[in-house]
Amino acid sequence: MKYLSEYRNLEATKKILDEIHKITTREWDIMEICGGQTHSLVKNGILELLPEKVRMIHGPGCPVCVTPLNLIDKAIELLEKGVVVCSFGDMIRVPGSKKSLLEAKALGGDLRILYSPIEAVSIAKQNPNKEVVFFAVGFETTAPANALSVLHAEKEGISNYSILASHVLVPPAMEAILDDDLCTIDAFLGAGHVCAIMGLQEYYPLVNKYKIPIVVTGFEPLDLVQGIYMAVKQLEEGRYLLENQYARVVKEQGNKSAIDVIHKIFEIGEREWRGIGKIPKSGYAIKESYKKYNAELKFNISNIKVPENINCMAGEILRGIKKPKECSQFGKACKPSNPLGAPMVSSEGACAAYYHFSNN
Amino acid sequence: MDIENIGFETINLGHGSGGELTRNLLDKIIFSTFSNPYLDKKHDGSIVSFNGKIAISTDSFVITPIFFKGGNIGELAVHGTVNDVAMCGAIPKYLSLAFIIEEGLKVEEFIKIVHSIKKVADESGVLIITGDTKVVERGKGDKIFINTTGFGEVHPKARISVHNIKEGDKILVNGFIAQHGMAIMSEREGLEFESTIESDSTNLNFLVNDLLDEFGEKIRLLRDPTRGGLGTVLNEIANDISKGVFIKEKTIPVEKQVAAACEMLGLDPMYVANEGVFLVIIDPSVEKEVLKLMRNHAKGKNSALIGEITNEHPNKVVMESLIGGKRIVSPLVGEQLPRIC
Repeated sequence: MKYLSEYRNLEATKKILDEIHKITTREWDIMEICGGQTHSLVKNGILELLPEKVRMIHGPGCPVCVTPLNLIDKAIELLEKGVVVCSFGDMIRVPGSKKSLLEAKALGGDLRILYSPIEAVSIAKQNPNKEVVFFAVGFETTAPANALSVLHAEKEGISNYSILASHVLVPPAMEAILDDDLCTIDAFLGAGHVCAIMGLQEYYPLVNKYKIPIVVTGFEPLDLVQGIYMAVKQLEEGRYLLENQYARVVKEQGNKSAIDVIHKIFEIGEREWRGIGKIPKSGYAIKESYKKYNAELKFNISNIKVPENINCMAGEILRGIKKPKECSQFGKACKPSNPLGAPMVSSEGACAAYYHFSNN
Repeated sequence: MDIENIGFETINLGHGSGGELTRNLLDKIIFSTFSNPYLDKKHDGSIVSFNGKIAISTDSFVITPIFFKGGNIGELAVHGTVNDVAMCGAIPKYLSLAFIIEEGLKVEEFIKIVHSIKKVADESGVLIITGDTKVVERGKGDKIFINTTGFGEVHPKARISVHNIKEGDKILVNGFIAQHGMAIMSEREGLEFESTIESDSTNLNFLVNDLLDEFGEKIRLLRDPTRGGLGTVLNEIANDISKGVFIKEKTIPVEKQVAAACEMLGLDPMYVANEGVFLVIIDPSVEKEVLKLMRNHAKGKNSALIGEITNEHPNKVVMESLIGGKRIVSPLVGEQLPRIC
């Protein structure tokens, strides 16, 4: 509870906001990478408290949003084959090409909403006659737990468990955004929890190559305004450094045991990002030595390919080129009750965050 | 009640057949527990008298798990309907009670539920005057579903209507929000977490009655934010009256453990279900007196003023955050889903 009250303190937050107003002289576009940061910025009404010259651009760090459409169809096909599919909560309402996981559940699919993939291993153990698949999506943050579930299954000799994995990595996505000709971003707020796992090492080359400030930032209002302050200060002073606002959680080397677990199960490979396309070396694939835990191979579903909804401009939203309200479908054909694309579904998605919380 | 005297341990399809087994179930469990002059006639229905206008409300209860910290499905079935009648500005008097039981339910559990219903019906001052019991095949239900319909006499001073709400009217709640939803969440399969959070399930009719006795037409609206939580009900009100609702996050009572659990699971307490919370919209002239009465009542110790009605931002609920920013509180779409990370 300590971090809830201390980091949501009105006076402390206001003091830093005043400082941001004082030091800002030019227009700056700052991208917060993580969807959790977008959610908190909008939910706490921080955007309207910033100087007009400081524009926050919402990044691609929403795991639900960047999971390719065909992967949702694959999960639905597994449900229709009688497989028990376990998933994190906000994945289940994302529309596939024909229906969502929630709709597939209503039609008789055995879908379980879990908080941890380890629970899925327990379900597999309790139901030896059923195949159990965990829908393992997310960034570096969720990869250790998903990898650990495979190690648990291996240790206990559970053969009816596998994962449908689509893990994506933050640094290659940042690089893809910066390489885009339309990119206007002057600085990044780095994703605090991703860095808690991976550490800071991967970010120095980005800072130096693109001469861009990166401030690794947390998620509470005070974290965010402090991260924005540190980024603006660097920009105003013409510096570009990697700074760590979230030092109470993020260490230089990250979490070594978590990284070890990831590397045991996964290897780096090309990944498709919803709305962005394929990015080389941008995700984790299950290693050959653990292929029996790879649901795509186990159930032979790797050939499903489906096109995106042509009316959805999720790609431009995720790359920070457009704001949700610049989309002609926003709030009209596309609402949380009838989402055309993933950013309108997850509470971390930029479109849903704007739809739910934003007044302007 | 001694289970050995019942003669059966689980409920089966025969108990819903209408024959001897049904009679056995009714006589030994239902009629003996709820005995009152109306029910004792064992007729197809009951005939009752009312003074003045009648408020009627019905609700079905399908909660899982059926036993949870701070209550069970039976208590909920009474409180839920008693409170809905009370929110109409009425004094609840009678309840109907219908069970749909999935075969295989343990009689021990059924008796526990029936006894809870009796206990909280007595506490709420209502009589069970008619009912029904059906048994469905295994897999066609989820242990037990309950429907109750409540009948109450409208309080002579009550003028409850959204159309009476004016700009500047104050919005109060009677206590901590989100308790019930988080208590249930903490016991759901796959989500179990250690906590002492208890459901807030309780009857609100006596506090409502005191408010109406004392303040009459100055009480504009009463609503209990059950499913969908406070956020959804405030949105319904804003839409009904085409005015804005303005609330302050720091004034909304959320108990520390509940706030921490919501934080951990990525849920917003504004959308979590309540079963013993109501909000009351009042004429601003009686704000202090209403708050005092509520805080002095056992069911309103943690009452708080959370906001007011405004002509700005019509149809929208706007919340001032802890750090002074403003955001829209939108209605909930579907179930609240936990986030990935």
